[in-house]
Amino acid sequence: MDRQTRLIERIRAVAPELSTDVLEFRRPDLVFMDVEKDVLVALLTRLRNEGGFTHLVLLTAVDWIEDKVFQLTYLIHNPEEGVDLGARVKLDRDLPVMRSLHHLWPTAATYQRELKEMFGIDFPGSPRLDRPLILEGWEGPPPYRRDFDTLRYAEETYFPRPGRSTIDPEAHMRERRYPDNGGGNDQA
Amino acid sequence: MIRLDGHRDRSKFPPREGDGFQVDLDSEKFVKIWHGPNHPGITGNMSLELTISGDEVVDATTHVGYLHRGFEKLMERRRYIQCFPIVCRICVPEPDFNEYCFAAAVEELAGVEVPDSALWLRTLVLEMARLTSYLMWLGGQAGAFGMGVIGQWLTYHRDLVLDRFEELTGGRIYHMYILPGGVRNRLPEGFDQRMLAVLRGIEDVMADVDQALFHNAVFRKRAEGLGVIPRDWVDPYGITGPNARAAGAARDVRRDMPYLKYPELEFEPVIHHQSDAFGRADLRRRDLLLTVDLIRQILSRMPRSGSFMARLPNVLHWQVPPGETYVRSECTRGEYGYYLVSDGSGYPRRVNVRGPSYTHAIALLEKLLPGTNIADVAGLAVSLHTYPPEIER
Repeated sequence: MDRQTRLIERIRAVAPELSTDVLEFRRPDLVFMDVEKDVLVALLTRLRNEGGFTHLVLLTAVDWIEDKVFQLTYLIHNPEEGVDLGARVKLDRDLPVMRSLHHLWPTAATYQRELKEMFGIDFPGSPRLDRPLILEGWEGPPPYRRDFDTLRYAEETYFPRPGRSTIDPEAHMRERRYPDNGGGNDQA
Repeated sequence: MIRLDGHRDRSKFPPREGDGFQVDLDSEKFVKIWHGPNHPGITGNMSLELTISGDEVVDATTHVGYLHRGFEKLMERRRYIQCFPIVCRICVPEPDFNEYCFAAAVEELAGVEVPDSALWLRTLVLEMARLTSYLMWLGGQAGAFGMGVIGQWLTYHRDLVLDRFEELTGGRIYHMYILPGGVRNRLPEGFDQRMLAVLRGIEDVMADVDQALFHNAVFRKRAEGLGVIPRDWVDPYGITGPNARAAGAARDVRRDMPYLKYPELEFEPVIHHQSDAFGRADLRRRDLLLTVDLIRQILSRMPRSGSFMARLPNVLHWQVPPGETYVRSECTRGEYGYYLVSDGSGYPRRVNVRGPSYTHAIALLEKLLPGTNIADVAGLAVSLHTYPPEIER
């Protein structure tokens, strides 16, 4: 039996109510599926306890700003079969709240802390959720959202800085090489 | 490990856990200190906020954020080919795993077929990176227990491997060698002989290290029993790589989910059943020797001719079809993976880097530290093999 069949069997055994049409195979050992927000934690609990998906590989978010949703991707791994399952949940971008998973995997608390900081997604009850993980003293919108403009932020924050002057390289070199000509270009 | 039970009269110590346990800094029984951001325990900058009672850690919190450059966000504003020189910066001592994972994820979404020769060269470069990283780590672990000279021996041999990287890729630290579609170069003339000479030197020095470190009474006494990871923590705490294999979990991405040319190589993952700092060091020593063996196998089997780069469309206008994927590899510290989402434009929609330090250095380290003697904190932190930049990509 190949990995793809085994993966389908595993999911069927745990969640017989799921139709196999929702499974989007990327590779024989990697499948993605969309899951409703309310059933996700229950489904992951069953997949972890009965389906052998014991390893939380990652938890991350994708900002689909044009659809006004955040996509959360929970990637779980079954070490026995060597297969991965990515469960995708769509959250309302205006009120992004999701149930916490830290009771299943303690490491999920770290991922959730980062998502709160970087995307502003709330996970009520997750430990130390409001303590900054990376951005100490950050005031402003969550920076990994698509509408956060990194270029504008850098220009506003770092330029102009006292003591720093901007030089036009062409005029500067002309000034240095042809000082007698008043900075004019005498090559022409 | 300095045994805490050695403090037999504990009447002057506050309780360590249970109902009476409460960190009250005004009681003058506790001191809070900052261990870091620069300290011998970590390659890079990462702080440990320790609450100490006497010489014993009662509470620990990991603080990261000293190296944040926002790589994932930077990549959203760059074309795929422009991302490729960025990804290697995410992990300084072993950049090649980043290059491989990113390249493999883009190739999978774009449907690019990589030439056979390039797959062999990628396998070789990944194993060479593993070798340099292990040599550096072993020196760091010895240094954390006060044996700096072992680090000097190993740094010398690591430099010789970096010389081989330099002649192959042009770079010593950041190689920028594996790019979407293949690799940048084939092996230079006479590379095999020089690489094999370096491997012989490494085997010689490892015999010395075995005597000087693994049979050293001080190292044994301090490392044995330090930072024990039980087998049943492996899944809840997301432990991968040598840390999991030392705990008895036979997991190695190279064997379990084969990629590149690993199915054609003969090897068995190294497993250990002593899940403390000593066991992990011993496992990494054997893994290092396995890597030496793998490099020999690769050099003897790889084809010397053929294309090493697939034909790509104009990379400055390259639009990758929409989709998402996750690609992983076994790096020196565990599972390294890239989750890549494309929306069909010329820029990646989202790149997420899954580094093993993310789980090892925060949740696991905070769990392991309480009860440790303060002199062993650096040794314990090294034994988990953490590189902070991949935590805060």
